[in-house]
Amino acid sequence: MTAALDIKGLRKSFGQTEIIRGIDLSINRGERHAIIGPNGAGKSTLFNLITARFPPTSGSISLHGRNLQGLAPYQINRLGLSRSFQITNIFPKMSVFENVRCALLWAQGYRYSFWNMVSRSRALTEGADAILEQINLSQRRDLPAGVLSYAEQRALEIGITIAGGADVIMLDEPTAGMSHSETDYIVELIRTVTEGKTLVMVEHDMGVVFGLADRISVLVYGEIIATGAPAEVRANARVQEAYLGAALEAEH
Amino acid sequence: MMQNPDNTQGRMDGGISMRTAMPWILAALLLLVMPFVFQSNSAITIMNQMGITIVFALSYNMLLGQAGMLSFGHAVYMGVGGFVCVHVMNWGIFGSIPLPALPLVGGIFGMLLACVVGYFSTRKAGTVFAMISLGVGELIAACSVIIVVFFGGEEGVSGDRTYGLPFFGVEFLNQVEVYYLTAGWLLISAMLMYLFSRTPIGRMANAVRDNPERAEFLGYSSRWVRYNSFVAAGFFAGIAGGLFAINYEILTEENLNLTTSGSILLVTFLGGVGVFFGPVVGAIVFTLLQTVLSLETEIWSLYVGALFVATVMFFPSGLAGVMQMHVVPIKLGKWRLLVMPYVTTLVPAIFCIIGVSGLIEVLFHARHAAIGETEMTLFWVTFQHTAILPWVVFALLALSGFWLARRNAPSLLDAWHRANTPDGADT
Repeated sequence: MTAALDIKGLRKSFGQTEIIRGIDLSINRGERHAIIGPNGAGKSTLFNLITARFPPTSGSISLHGRNLQGLAPYQINRLGLSRSFQITNIFPKMSVFENVRCALLWAQGYRYSFWNMVSRSRALTEGADAILEQINLSQRRDLPAGVLSYAEQRALEIGITIAGGADVIMLDEPTAGMSHSETDYIVELIRTVTEGKTLVMVEHDMGVVFGLADRISVLVYGEIIATGAPAEVRANARVQEAYLGAALEAEH
Repeated sequence: MMQNPDNTQGRMDGGISMRTAMPWILAALLLLVMPFVFQSNSAITIMNQMGITIVFALSYNMLLGQAGMLSFGHAVYMGVGGFVCVHVMNWGIFGSIPLPALPLVGGIFGMLLACVVGYFSTRKAGTVFAMISLGVGELIAACSVIIVVFFGGEEGVSGDRTYGLPFFGVEFLNQVEVYYLTAGWLLISAMLMYLFSRTPIGRMANAVRDNPERAEFLGYSSRWVRYNSFVAAGFFAGIAGGLFAINYEILTEENLNLTTSGSILLVTFLGGVGVFFGPVVGAIVFTLLQTVLSLETEIWSLYVGALFVATVMFFPSGLAGVMQMHVVPIKLGKWRLLVMPYVTTLVPAIFCIIGVSGLIEVLFHARHAAIGETEMTLFWVTFQHTAILPWVVFALLALSGFWLARRNAPSLLDAWHRANTPDGADT
């Protein structure tokens, strides 16, 4: 079976500084994979390389065995990879409902159509309402997305990310800046909406990571120092030394 | 899946319902009866000009309001469409084309030009797009004196619309017939542009405007979305150009230059970019100012400029935005609260404006009238600009009006808040 995501020898330099220093990583289909590491380790950069926000300096990335080199973000998205952003990235002036509906358009085959009316499509309206139900925002349906609370905007961001039906979902710090109860809400949400899909996420909250992930990779200074099941990673001496000891201590 | 029953109505069957069709039926009726209300030739000329400006402004708002592209060169698409139409009028083949079909030719050529220019200009939105539009606008305007065969040099190209194939016996000899032709195209174009904004590509134009990067991660190339909007806007600008050619039977460099491109930006912004009918309001107000006010005063553009600055500063959502602000008080049934404060604030404000503009006019006359000509007429009163009394009267009007409006403004603000607060919510 080909891996959902296969990264080989990935490097990225900004000028003289090498941020990603040779990453090899394979993520299986249906796996929930968390990427952890200290600040500045290059986690978000790795995300941006996978989704072609930046071009890599060298190395290759394959999605379901297909090389992604030279593809634009929208092309990668059409291949079934969808992502969220560390800083909330929605359409603030459009209604919550429209945010989700926009995310459904391509997946439902409307493409660049100018001969269909969006409001006449039952599948679009019902699909968007079903997503809103799932992310618990039905009450906010017709409000401009920009006025939602932070947690609600994060939920909407996840809703937009999953709406297109991509089978590889990448979430960049989905619980950043949230209170405990909000975090619990988002974790439950992630668990249900990524059922049967491949999830790759960057996360700082160790409770979330160890609760959700099937496998964990630890990224330190642009290199993966360990990959494995949560228990293995926790027991790994290098990880303890480089990162996890301090992070776990901070949790308590 | 549970849903409020009152929510579903009008959403599922969204396309055509009585509620959505009503504004269009009213607009059609209004367009139909206007020539009977305003029968003079000059009024019909003004209405024709309005119709053309509305189509042009709506097309401009497809770029600015819907897709977030600030263009400084939109006149060239209208101009080129118009030039092609005038040329068609001069060809033998024109005798077999009914005149009402001519704007379509303009539209197609406006669209073709947009296809070419859009290919490189829509790569990026923002400053890059604005600068390219400015450059292309200048380039094509400059071509008008270089490619004389097509643009006719300084005197432009003229034609005669009556050589076309008679359309059900109508030869378009008089203005009213041209009015109905313009009105018909206005209605069709406005409707198509509205429908465009409801299609997937129209919705994604809004999405790309708000957040191009997010749109990319939803499977849409923001460049291609912008390109589509740009081409569509070029098409409708070309239609406006065709209507212009029919109405005026001449096109010159003026139809291509920066002044025209700039004034359509002004018109659209004045009306409001955030609302679909905003440009319509802007075009009507602007055309009225341009035609009626320019008969009264030479410095009309000063007043238009002042109105524009005031709109941008105080009502960035434009005149249509101001209208929309009143929907809530009307829905709450509290608009009556606003009547008195409006009267007590706006009447002095109008006096203030009359005073200030009076002072400007007298000063302008004193400085620029022919030597020895001291008599002037303003607000239906004839007086000497050398006399001291008019200056005193206008100054008093301006100062007292300003003072009163200033004094009453807080009560208007207060009434506004009360009118926008639902019953029970206020303490």
